[in-house]
Amino acid sequence: MADRQPGFATLSIHAGAQPDPATGARVTPIYQTTAYVFNDVQHASDLFALRAFGNIYTRIMNPTQAVLESKVAALEGGTAALAVGSGHAAQLIIFHTLMQPGDEFVAARQLYGGSINQFNHSFKSFGWNVAWADSEDISSFEKAITPKTKAIFVESVANPGGRITDIAAIAKVAQKAGVPLIVDNTMATPYLCTPFAHGANIVVHSLTKFMGGHGNSMGGAIVDGGNFDWSKSGKFPLLSEPNGSYHGMKLHETFGNIAFAIACRVLGLRDLGPAIAPLNAFLILTGMETLALRMQKHCDNALEVATWLSKHPKVEWVNYAGLPSDKHHALQKKYAPRGAGAVFTFGLKGGYDAGVKAVSTVKLLSHLANIGDTRSLIIHPASTTHSQLTKEQQIKAGAGPDVVRLSIGIEDAADIIADLDEALR
Amino acid sequence: MPMNHDNYESDYIRDILRSVKTIAMVGASQNDVRPSFLVMKYLLDKGYDVIPINPGLAGQTLLGKLVYASLKDIPFPVDMIDIFRNSEAAGQITDEALSLPVKPKVIWMQLTVKNEAAAERAEAAGLQVVMNRCPKIEYGKHSGEWQWVGGNAGLISSRRQQLHSNGKFQSLGISPTLKKD
Repeated sequence: MADRQPGFATLSIHAGAQPDPATGARVTPIYQTTAYVFNDVQHASDLFALRAFGNIYTRIMNPTQAVLESKVAALEGGTAALAVGSGHAAQLIIFHTLMQPGDEFVAARQLYGGSINQFNHSFKSFGWNVAWADSEDISSFEKAITPKTKAIFVESVANPGGRITDIAAIAKVAQKAGVPLIVDNTMATPYLCTPFAHGANIVVHSLTKFMGGHGNSMGGAIVDGGNFDWSKSGKFPLLSEPNGSYHGMKLHETFGNIAFAIACRVLGLRDLGPAIAPLNAFLILTGMETLALRMQKHCDNALEVATWLSKHPKVEWVNYAGLPSDKHHALQKKYAPRGAGAVFTFGLKGGYDAGVKAVSTVKLLSHLANIGDTRSLIIHPASTTHSQLTKEQQIKAGAGPDVVRLSIGIEDAADIIADLDEALR
Repeated sequence: MPMNHDNYESDYIRDILRSVKTIAMVGASQNDVRPSFLVMKYLLDKGYDVIPINPGLAGQTLLGKLVYASLKDIPFPVDMIDIFRNSEAAGQITDEALSLPVKPKVIWMQLTVKNEAAAERAEAAGLQVVMNRCPKIEYGKHSGEWQWVGGNAGLISSRRQQLHSNGKFQSLGISPTLKKD
């Protein structure tokens, strides 16, 4: 009999999470330990030289973290994953694995403000140079490619505007340039969109958001699509060339279609150090078991709130791809047919001051800088997450002065609407 | 029904890994950062008797095992041939295996190694064939060790993982299939 392929909800609960072999504990235990006893000197030496797999030190791997990684990899349809301390840490490790000083990458301008900062400022000190493109204009990616380009970076559903990216079109540009396409799938989660199915090569997550889903734990993940030839062009020496810190091992040759995830772990995480706490891995795992239920409720509520807002007299516009009138609705139907996510923006006719007033008067929605909580969240990006950008950059990122961003939770939609109704008076 | 060599049923692989005990590895390497060394070492650690085949190293020992020049030089029967050579060479090696006085039960061709004609000849002679797979990876996927590095094994189970009978820390074995319990 052929193997049965489990569905998404089943994988969310079971992937990577067999009963604990030592105790029979059904729920994945929190392995709150820093280190692991070796069998003998040979075992220790084999572990350090990657001749055997196993835990050495929780900065590099941990059994609770491993279950989280396998689950994220399974849900994304990737070959392997690495969990780290935050989404930002995940991005740092990805680029550390791909880039040499002086190299470039092309990123969509429509990104989380924190990523724009990381790319524009902190990455510069490593000599990694970002070239910005516009996800609404595919040719802008082609034009930004140079011989030094090592990757393209986009968000599947872009923060804060909720715009849907044409992943397949950008994947073609990446393929032609011989570089991997990295997709931040934080806003969509694999319940709504699986970027590997559209040609992406690496998926990155802030697990802090919808994946964990309860606003209680920081975490990030890197997922290897297993579908990029790291040795073909010579552009990625960390993967294709003999590695000095592992006795001349070639990571791509040795680890094949999980080589990128392994390189991120045994070079990036080992040397840069942003490990995820085992407790956070556990809390995110618990959250992920209900991912399918939560994401559908998030999306259904968001559509209801967006529809209501679009008819409100004080609202100038609503950017939500789930609305049939939205210019990204066709792309949403292609890339995220189950829903357009829970994060979107709307513009108030009263501009900056009206935005500040709205976030100051809500009583159910929480005014804070996060997305993807069970609770509904509200923020005025121009005065917070995107305040470090110039006004022009804010507008280009979809975070102009009149913009309010919502992350719709899984409360009763009527209560969310009632609170917004009060706040907009 | 002919074997689907692009998509093996998980029990097919599991049963092979649970049933074979001696493995002749054609193309075993003494370079300790090469896959053909690392796989041999892993299979030895899992309790398989691995016999390295490499004409350049014949008569020497590799990981404590005597190296033979070719399959026909091994003075006892083996259960499985693991082919660490290119797809073309896999044809001749398969034929050598089929001409042994006691035929092996399994021909296993490593990742990227595929030879459909050789597979047909082996299957016609009653052997089981696996192509384009690595026994170390498959052992890891079936034991659960693959998950230690965040790997997606493509398998789920509510049954316990099995600690390996070698009694060591951080070593899993492969539990029997459900239907055989």
